[in-house]
Amino acid sequence: MAETHSLQDFQRPAVSSKVFIQRDYSSGTICKFQTKFPSELESRLDKQQFEETIQTLNNLYAEAEKLGGSSYLEGCLACLTAYTVFLCMETHYEKVLKKIARYIRDQNEKIYAPRGLLLTDPIERGLRVVEITIFEDRNIGSAR
Amino acid sequence: MKNCEYQQIDPRALSVSPLSAQIHTEKKEQRPRRKWEVFPGKNRFFCDGRLILSRHSGVLPLTLGLIVVTCGLFFAFDCPFLVKHLTVFIPVIGGALFVFVVISLLRTSFTDPGILPRATLDEAADLERQIDSSGSSTYRPPPRTKEILINQQMVKLKYCFTCKMFRPPRTSHCSLCDNCVERFDHHCPWVGNCVGKRNYRFFYSFIISLSFLTSFIFGCVIAHITLRSQAGKSLVQAIQESPASVVELVICFFSIWSILGLSGFHTYLVASNLTTNEDIKGSWSGKRGAEESGNPYSYNNIITNCCVTLCGPLPPSLIDRRGFVPPDEVVPAASTASQMELPHFSTKNDVNMCTQSTKDVLERMINSGSQTLCSPGPPKTTPLVQGLPSTAALSPEPPPSAGCSGPLGRRPTDSRCPLFSRSSEKESLHSINPAFRLASPSPSVTRTAKTLGGAADVSFMPLQPGSVGDEAP
Repeated sequence: MAETHSLQDFQRPAVSSKVFIQRDYSSGTICKFQTKFPSELESRLDKQQFEETIQTLNNLYAEAEKLGGSSYLEGCLACLTAYTVFLCMETHYEKVLKKIARYIRDQNEKIYAPRGLLLTDPIERGLRVVEITIFEDRNIGSAR
Repeated sequence: MKNCEYQQIDPRALSVSPLSAQIHTEKKEQRPRRKWEVFPGKNRFFCDGRLILSRHSGVLPLTLGLIVVTCGLFFAFDCPFLVKHLTVFIPVIGGALFVFVVISLLRTSFTDPGILPRATLDEAADLERQIDSSGSSTYRPPPRTKEILINQQMVKLKYCFTCKMFRPPRTSHCSLCDNCVERFDHHCPWVGNCVGKRNYRFFYSFIISLSFLTSFIFGCVIAHITLRSQAGKSLVQAIQESPASVVELVICFFSIWSILGLSGFHTYLVASNLTTNEDIKGSWSGKRGAEESGNPYSYNNIITNCCVTLCGPLPPSLIDRRGFVPPDEVVPAASTASQMELPHFSTKNDVNMCTQSTKDVLERMINSGSQTLCSPGPPKTTPLVQGLPSTAALSPEPPPSAGCSGPLGRRPTDSRCPLFSRSSEKESLHSINPAFRLASPSPSVTRTAKTLGGAADVSFMPLQPGSVGDEAP
C-alpha cells in the first residue's frame, strides 16, 4: 500500500510531443541550428527566449569550431607528438562542449522546466537536432 | 479480543510485491550494456569501446606486417653496416619515422572517422511528417532530397534510408561500414577503416610519413649495396652478402610509386579542400564552366585550406561508444494495464529516446502513417517509401543492411522511470555524456527530472521496420 501511495505521489508527466530543431547548413558544414520558432511551442514559450537560446548555442558551437591561432597551435602540437597529446589533454572542442552542457542545464532549470519543456543537448543526438520535449500540462489534468 | 494482533496481509500489497520482486530480479539479470555493444553499424570494437575498427578490416594486418618486416630487416641487416660506414643517425631517423608511421596508422585505423549516429525514431517520424506536409513550393523536387544554398552554391542533401535523416553536406554513407560518415573521403582497405572528418589528418600524416620512410629505406639500401660493391666486390657479391636488402628494395620500390602518388593526390585534395569522394564524383568541377573552383567549402587560399583540414579543431566522436544503454524497464505496476510487454531483443540504436505510452504511439502512427509494427520476421517497408520513385534520391550505393533481419529485430527503448532506479537513472545519465570524459554525469536531466517530478512514462515503441526494401538497386 505504501508503494501505491508513492506511485501516485510521483505523478510523472507524460510526454506530449517532441519538437526537433534541425540544422542550418546555409553557412556550410559548421554546427548551426535553425532559429525559426516552431509553432508547437507558441503556447509555452516566448519567441524571443527561444531565439536567444538557439543563438547562444550557435555562438558556442562556432566558438568550438573556430579556426584561429590557438586551434592551429593545438593541431600542430598534436601533429608533432604524433597525436599522442590528446590522450592526456582535452581538446578545445571538448572544453566548449562542456560549456554547452552547462548552459543547457541552466536553461532547462531556469526557463524550460518551469514551462514543462526539456531541452536535450544536441550532442546526445549526434549534433543533428535540438530536441525539445513537451510534457503534458499537469494543470489541465493528467491521464492518471 | 477480536482485534487480532496479527493483521491479515493486504492482498494489494501481495499483488504488488511479487511483481516488483520480479522486476528487481529482471533488473539484476540485465547488466548495463555500453552503446558500442548495440551499435548498428558494421564495426568492431576493442578495449571496451575505446577503439573502433571496420568489420571489413581489409588488409590492415598486411599493411602493418609489411611495414614492420621491412623496417625490421632494415634495422637488422642494413643499419649495422651503415652505422659503421656512414653515421649513427641513420637508425635514429629510421626509428623515429617508423614510430611515427605506426602511430599514425593505428590512429587512423582505430579512430572513429566521424560516424553519425542514426536518427531516433521520433526524429525520423518528425522528418517524415515534414516531408509529407511540405508541398509548399511550386516546383516539387524529387522526394527525399533537400536543396540548400551554401556560399551561393546549390547543394543537394540526400536522405539516408538507413540512418533515417538528411545527410549533412559532405557526408556519405559507407556501404562497407553501414554508417554515414561526415566529410567522407573513402574507405581505405589498407587501413581497415573509413577515412572521414575525424581521422583524415591521421591518414594524411600516415601516408606522408610512409612516403618519407619508404624513400629513406630505399635510399639507405641503395647506399648500402653501393658501398659494399665499391669495396672491390661485384654487385652480385654484395647482394649475396646482404640478401635482406634485396627484399627491402623490392618492397620499397613498389610501395614508393603508389605511396608517393597517393601523397601527391591527397596533398592536392587538402590544398583545395576536397574529398576523394567529391573529386571522383566531380561534384565541383566540370559543371560550373569558367569558374575555377565551384567548391563552396574552399577558402580559395591554399594555406588556409591546409590549415583547416589538417590543423583545425578535432570534433569529438558523436556515437558515444562507452556510454551506457539505458536498461529495458518493465512498466511500473500502476500502469501495466495500458502497456504491452515485448520480449527483450538486443536493442539497436535510438536508445536515448524518451518513450511514450503505447496509445500515443499508435495514435501517431495512424496520423503520420509513417511506421508499421514489425514482427521478427520478414521486414516490411514503410507505406511512405513504397510509392516514391527512389532513383533520383539515391546515390549509387549498395543497399544498406537489413533492419529486422538483424539480431531478431530491433526495439529502441528507454526508461527514465525514477521509481525503480537509482541505477537506471545513473545509466541514463551516463549515456548523456558522450565522447568526452566528465567526472560526474551531466545533471541536466536529473535536475529537470526532479523538477518535473520524474521522467516520462516507461513504455515500448513498436519495432522499427526494416529498410531493405526501401532502396531500389
